[in-house]
Amino acid sequence: MIMKNKLAAWIFWTVLLSLFLLATGLFSLGVGSSEVTLRGLISAITQGRNAAGYSILFDIRLPRIILGFAVGGSLSLAGVILQGMFRNPLVEPYTLGISGGAALGVALNIVLRISGHFGVLSLPISGFLGALIVSFLVYFLAVKKGTFRTDSFLLTGVMISFISSALMMLLMALSRSEDLQGIIFWMMGSLEEPSRLLLRSELIVAVLGLLASYLFVFDLNAFGLGEEEALHLGVNTERSKRILFVLAAVLTGFAVSVAGIIGFVGLVVPHFVRMFLGGDHRILLIGSFLSGAIFLILCYALARIVIAPLELPVGVITGILGGTLFVYAVSKKRI
Amino acid sequence: MLQVKNLSCGYGKKIILRDVTFQVKEGEVLGIIGPNGSGKTTLLRAITKVINPSRGEITLKGKNVGRMDFQEFAKTAAVVSQTLPGGFVTLEEFVLLGRTPYFKRFQFFETENDLRVAQKAMMLTDTWGLKDRFLEEMSGGEKQLSLIARALSQEPSLLFLDEPTSHLDIAHQVYILDLIRRLNKELSLTVVMVMHDLNLAAEYCDRLLLLREGRVHCAGYPKEVLTYQTIEEVYRTVVVVTDSPVSGKPHIFVVPSEQRHNP
Repeated sequence: MIMKNKLAAWIFWTVLLSLFLLATGLFSLGVGSSEVTLRGLISAITQGRNAAGYSILFDIRLPRIILGFAVGGSLSLAGVILQGMFRNPLVEPYTLGISGGAALGVALNIVLRISGHFGVLSLPISGFLGALIVSFLVYFLAVKKGTFRTDSFLLTGVMISFISSALMMLLMALSRSEDLQGIIFWMMGSLEEPSRLLLRSELIVAVLGLLASYLFVFDLNAFGLGEEEALHLGVNTERSKRILFVLAAVLTGFAVSVAGIIGFVGLVVPHFVRMFLGGDHRILLIGSFLSGAIFLILCYALARIVIAPLELPVGVITGILGGTLFVYAVSKKRI
Repeated sequence: MLQVKNLSCGYGKKIILRDVTFQVKEGEVLGIIGPNGSGKTTLLRAITKVINPSRGEITLKGKNVGRMDFQEFAKTAAVVSQTLPGGFVTLEEFVLLGRTPYFKRFQFFETENDLRVAQKAMMLTDTWGLKDRFLEEMSGGEKQLSLIARALSQEPSLLFLDEPTSHLDIAHQVYILDLIRRLNKELSLTVVMVMHDLNLAAEYCDRLLLLREGRVHCAGYPKEVLTYQTIEEVYRTVVVVTDSPVSGKPHIFVVPSEQRHNP
């Protein structure tokens, strides 16, 4: 009985969020410096390349929406995984310095012009390496005398985050002006479409990451009881933690290197999803992924409306909107 | 059921347990007692694979525990830890987490059997009526029962409890320990529990293991272990031991220092 209820609830929320995602996508496709009405949208779809707004819609906006889907989903999923593992609502790729590490990796890549020699795919790879190095650094600094401490973990993460942004500034001070502009714009977080190849690889990583996270869904549920309890329930906690950590680093590294630093998605979205859907990771993982995608696509639409015809970097919107929402939620909650 | 041979272990360089050897027979209730810091909880953590022994061997049902994987171990032995749970999770969800070791990698929902086992565990602990309540709203006694229910849903043949009565009043202490004895009889569940209260340990355990500074001081029936000489030596406190008029088990009376000189 309860099993059927759970399945029904799972399907209900997944379908509802997917519909919402679709609606957001269509809305985002329509708004911007050149408005496209629903009729225009339909005619663009039916008439193909010859229609008036076709290239705006499908060559500029659609790829960014797809990127918003993949990046928003990835960051939110990474957040929910880290929070589940460490039982701390403040843990997310951004606060742990993983985003900062990825950013540093990409900035180095730009300044050293590695991508010029090795192609655009070297960008996400250097971002991923940066994320991974920082992750391991934070992890090993927080492990003391064989036991793991979440509080020092968080503190180390924040400090590493500061150090990486200081190093970023150092890089920027030393770099040539044409690189500088690239770094700055990329740092603010944007869904400017980089290349089809990057877009495709980010999408693949996001979806594979979601699937992979489901292999550890019961481990995450058990982690909710505390690490020692999870161990008593037969979870190989050390192994699960390591794999989940790498998974979060991969998701973040790719997302950051494709779209820049987009903060707060990994913190705010899982928090709200948890409030509405409860603590069961079976629904939480997909719920956070879809909600993160919705949130980022919506922010992207806002970024184009607010000071149209100019576009704001999407990271600015997520930062302001997400931060405000979070402060509001925390102040309302009885603790 | 369980053999511990020459076990030594600790945290980092600090050695807590030295050369501990004992065994637990099938179907018995063994109590682990000893002063604070004597290594009771560490012993439990070493047996349940939380910390790795630096020396010695632990065998459960003939298998080397060090070589068992966590999942296999969790199907045979369940642990009721000292910290009470909380949070906004319903009792039923919480008890169902005890089925975690039985999930296959690609299984997504609980099976009918999982639900049956969880229901039985809640029936046995008399918590079935609370199944939709949140843990956050429960009393200390109810939380303790929910921990036991979760452990039972692992379908263990060996149950470890770490001071199961430490947060409870006297009525709940008796209730929980009666329950443990009943489970021991009805499910022929072997029980190992760390006990703080010597009188409760004497009443409810078949045999006792007394630890002192990380070594086994002595082991045996309550009558053999809980003599005034042993207690005064290990706990360095003056006591008087007589038999309980109710059960005939040993019962310990403390002697306040004012009483010591004028008997």
